[in-house]
Amino acid sequence: MPTAEKSLLRFVTTGSVDDGKSTLIGRLLYETKSIYEDQYEAIEKTSRKKGLKEVELAYLLDGLAAEREQGITIDVAYRYFETPKRKFIIADSPGHVQYTKNMVTGASKADCAVILIDARNGVLTQSKRHGFLISLLQIPHLIVAVNKMDLMDYDRSVFDGIVNDYQQFSEKLDIHNIVYIPVSALKGDNVAVKSPKMPWYEGSPLLAMLESLNISADRNLVDFRFPVQHVLRPHADFRGYSGSVVSGTISPGEEVAVLPSGRTTQVKSITTYDGDLKEAFAGQAVVLALADEIDISRGDMIVRRKNLPQIASRLEAILCWMDDRPMMLEKSFVLKHTTRTVRAYIKKIVYRIDVDTLHRQPVDEFGLNDIGRVELSLSAPIFFDAYKINAATGRFILIDAETNRTVAAGMIRDTARRLEDYVSEPQAGRTAEPKSPHTVWRALNIGRAERERQNRHQAVVLWFTGFSGSGKSTIAMALERKLFDIGCKTALLDGDLLRHGLCSDLTFSAADRQENIRRAGQTAKLFFEHGLIVLCAFISPFRQDRETVRRLFPEGRFVEIYVRCDLDECRRRDPNGLYRKAENGIISGFTGIDSPYEEPVKPELIVDTQTLSLNDCIHEVEQFMLHQRLIIRPDNREGR
Amino acid sequence: MNSFSMTYLRQLESESIAILREVASEFKNPVMLYSVGKDSSVMVRLAQKAFWPGKFPFSLMHIDTGYKFPEMYAFRDEFCKRIGATLIVERDEKHIAEGCHPLTTGVDQCCARLKTGALLTALRKHGFDAAIGGARREEEKSRAKERVFSIRDAFGQWDPKNQRPELWDIYNTRLSEGETMRVFPLSNWTEKDIWEYIRIEEIPIVPIYFAQKREVIVRGNILIPLYAGARPGASEQPGRKEKVRMIDCRFRSLGCIPCTGAIASSATTLEEIIGEVRKATKSERENRVIDLTSDSSMEQKKKEGYF
Repeated sequence: MPTAEKSLLRFVTTGSVDDGKSTLIGRLLYETKSIYEDQYEAIEKTSRKKGLKEVELAYLLDGLAAEREQGITIDVAYRYFETPKRKFIIADSPGHVQYTKNMVTGASKADCAVILIDARNGVLTQSKRHGFLISLLQIPHLIVAVNKMDLMDYDRSVFDGIVNDYQQFSEKLDIHNIVYIPVSALKGDNVAVKSPKMPWYEGSPLLAMLESLNISADRNLVDFRFPVQHVLRPHADFRGYSGSVVSGTISPGEEVAVLPSGRTTQVKSITTYDGDLKEAFAGQAVVLALADEIDISRGDMIVRRKNLPQIASRLEAILCWMDDRPMMLEKSFVLKHTTRTVRAYIKKIVYRIDVDTLHRQPVDEFGLNDIGRVELSLSAPIFFDAYKINAATGRFILIDAETNRTVAAGMIRDTARRLEDYVSEPQAGRTAEPKSPHTVWRALNIGRAERERQNRHQAVVLWFTGFSGSGKSTIAMALERKLFDIGCKTALLDGDLLRHGLCSDLTFSAADRQENIRRAGQTAKLFFEHGLIVLCAFISPFRQDRETVRRLFPEGRFVEIYVRCDLDECRRRDPNGLYRKAENGIISGFTGIDSPYEEPVKPELIVDTQTLSLNDCIHEVEQFMLHQRLIIRPDNREGR
Repeated sequence: MNSFSMTYLRQLESESIAILREVASEFKNPVMLYSVGKDSSVMVRLAQKAFWPGKFPFSLMHIDTGYKFPEMYAFRDEFCKRIGATLIVERDEKHIAEGCHPLTTGVDQCCARLKTGALLTALRKHGFDAAIGGARREEEKSRAKERVFSIRDAFGQWDPKNQRPELWDIYNTRLSEGETMRVFPLSNWTEKDIWEYIRIEEIPIVPIYFAQKREVIVRGNILIPLYAGARPGASEQPGRKEKVRMIDCRFRSLGCIPCTGAIASSATTLEEIIGEVRKATKSERENRVIDLTSDSSMEQKKKEGYF
């Protein structure tokens, strides 16, 4: 492969004290011939001076004199190596001292994390903490390397035991792709080459795994966001806005809106030093010129008119506190988000997460390394997406306005609607529900996680809401067919279906509508726990009812899709003649006629059936599902 | 590689461009440090790209020790004129006049005066609040710990044990009274990346990076070119002088003449240099006397304000 065409993988390494992390990195560098003789000689000299018999590879990594003196790693260090396939950047994050601060710093740009576990010690609290942080930061891939297998006679049962322990723990986390590798960094087993000593291990060695990890699907290519970084006005004929496309794609001619002014225009050109582009995509640094003269400054955001971020000056966020001085409420901070800087107050601490037990605790302040959920109030609105949907516009830093130190990393949550966050309830993914007296919830014979592994897709509820005639069932049916055809396990529920059987005792009164939706939600939940993609098409006009259903499912597994269509158009379509009947008084309490419809406030997705074709609507949902890694691309299903 | 993927060089390029734009937007009076070397050449190209179709909105500043190779001065002046950049040259004339020299003053002392001291004086003199430098984390192990946006106190000092966390690509650019910022847009580039980029972008560099026959003094593994001031010293064998030989060689990195050795090489094209760099068993600073004095000599210099 020509060098210039190599891809780049950034990964973070972490582990507990003495788990052999330095040795592993040293081994990777050594095997890829990335250690220079003179660098080696320098650490050899230092090792000798310290009276060590063997060369301490860790000195290669401990860049500061204080680190070498104290024998500890203080700060994140960056290492570089390459193979014929890829170029790698390692953020080497110390596991013990100030682990949260360092881990978050090191992992913030990583595509993948490698956690080391010492085979002799098994899964320690530290390994769990790191897993939790990786889940919090939404690093898409985790490799758990069980090291020092040589000291355990390369025993398979040792490895299996650790894998089992970690799996049990990681079910509570939100990590999409975890793989386990037995290695000996010291002897080189399963690092660069497959170890003959562990024939029972069928996977690839670490290096091959890092080389082949598919990360291109991890980016958000759907939601175009362009935070304006710098206004360029080199001469009277050119006015451009420089910045990086942080997500999505854009082409000249496309209609865009500028936030916060809300003015709309088209993209005139995408200018770069190397010529104008026909299309720009996430990751590229470009200059946009617009068709109309609009007052735009740094900190504004250019987006697609029909795909807007959230705009708000009150946020709910997970905060990682990184300063020695504890966090104080009612103190003014500087908040930097994309290229926008505003003032912020922390209005309220919702809870702190005990990183060891994952329990939530009410606290009055955050100290160094504390993590938890807070509410912030900003001096001006920012334009954001939930961190889980779009990391680039869902993250921010807090700066202490007095010391100018960076005191916290923030990840914006979707909305304030659920207490759940990155961690599921203690019962591993199953959400708690009030029990009927004298009945006991029995765990499913086969758990959801196991079913999902076999299905090779996640269980999820796609909830289509909208007026009668908006196209909910049409979209749901066509999408189900498509999903079914690529091998997904699906179920379809719609209003008519339920009302003919399970809900035939219910009318269209508000109370009965509520009960109807409750039953629909519970039915969906049964299918969901059996690992299916459940497509639900219900008018479900009341916000409260939909939120009640949402709360039945783990975060990210309830996808509210607002099928939008004007009432007039729905009445014109009137596929089942229901509007006519309602207008003639034959049906009463009909949504849109004599019963209200409450639009979703923050649906995961809006599909507008007046402007989009059926195929486009399905495509939108499909893209969303791919993005959230609920499903994988059909062509990736083979051999994975 | 599909259409929405970028090669690693384009990814590095975009990251660097974003950093340069951030500097221009967030600081009142930034400057780009220009050392005439290959990394500076790449940095200038990135600055041209970052502000295209405009010009980059800062000057280039060369801290000149007076000991640079003549080819470097010639290249510097011609290059800056051609691209229309404003060049500031700052020298510590007092110490240069006093004859400050690594052989007589000592390597560390000479550097502290002519480079670190001159740099800090120049930053103060012009009131620069941010200085963009071409240092790379891969170069040296204390640099591996460096932030992209790195604070210096009122005395220009780096406090490596107390650095701000740097999260994602959101950079804290705020300064307290007296502080200045050093910014390293090439942080994640390696020597190989620099050369590959110079090749694909056809970036002009000082000609002495390419091999040619030169008269050199052979001192251990290092070849000291016979430029003004360099004399064969006493050999390790008593009573004999060091040998002067005519050797095909080139400079892998460029610094001051007394402290920069050449390496034996026949690479006369970029492809040959890249081939050589790929096969190199020694780091690129192998020929730099200044890093070799102790295991933490670079860290010490950086703490004092050196780049």
